Amino acid sequence: MKDLSLHILDIVQNSIRANALTVTVSLIVDKDNYLHLSVIDNGTGMDKYQLERVKDPFFSTRTTRKIGLGVPLLAQKAEASGGFISVKSKEGKGTELLASFLLTHPDCPPLGDIPECAWMLMASSPGIRMIFKFKGAMNECEWDSDQIRTELGGIPLTEKEVMTGILEWFKLDFSNFKGNI
Amino acid sequence: MTKVKTLADLKKLREELQKKIHVRESGDHPESTVQVKVAMATCGIASGAKDVMVFLMEELEKRGIDSVVTQTGCMGYCYAEPTIEVTLPGHEPLVFGFVDKKKADEIIEKYIKNGELVDGIIPITYQSINENQEEGQQ
Repeated sequence: MKDLSLHILDIVQNSIRANALTVTVSLIVDKDNYLHLSVIDNGTGMDKYQLERVKDPFFSTRTTRKIGLGVPLLAQKAEASGGFISVKSKEGKGTELLASFLLTHPDCPPLGDIPECAWMLMASSPGIRMIFKFKGAMNECEWDSDQIRTELGGIPLTEKEVMTGILEWFKLDFSNFKGNI
Repeated sequence: MTKVKTLADLKKLREELQKKIHVRESGDHPESTVQVKVAMATCGIASGAKDVMVFLMEELEKRGIDSVVTQTGCMGYCYAEPTIEVTLPGHEPLVFGFVDKKKADEIIEKYIKNGELVDGIIPITYQSINENQEEGQQ
């Protein structure tokens, strides 16, 4: 994975596969220069056995093969950049993943194109409410796919003008958020 | 066209667009909709599925093809990622491997528009003789 936006795509995919109806992705920069990424969903959750093996690359709930690298790769990135990862889950309630990165660490991954990643997730999973939250010392913002859909009426997010507009808005918000770093 | 800077601006944009375009109800004509699924598991994303997916969403819209692009999990063809599954109306789904933007463009132009097969198909829809016989018995 080249950057954090790709990891977000990957982790959110886990939530989608767990039949989540709402997925909240948040990025918070704290005063100690840590970036906290959290992905919270209301999907099926994991049982104790699965949760214990969530960081094990040789464990997967899929039946196509016995390997699952999504969370292990993110854990490796977080730990390599002076951070950590934690996963909490309750069966029937949902899962909460938190990964922290020290922004001043040379191995901290680049953020990547998070606006595009958010638009893509929203546009390609119409039945799921995707919420992106950003918070820093100077500002905060939120993108909520349900609100966006309400404002748009029946116009799809992939419509050219809509896409350009949303990406413009997301990019503006995101560059403000990057000012916190 | 309104510059979108906040959520509220989207409403203005919608009003402008509604005058201009006829809003297509997706799912209105499922029998004529092209379905594209992009494999977006760890393997797919790591090999560039995001760029391919954004390309497909933009281009299918731009070229006026009635289509739905969604994500799917790993189909077990990690060696051939990024993979996409294309279902033309009334056809069996086809899986293409090693899809970059150039390949995606070829798939749109040749397969989706004209039904012409292109290189890179992974034979997922082949049935074994046993499966065929079992179906025959049922």
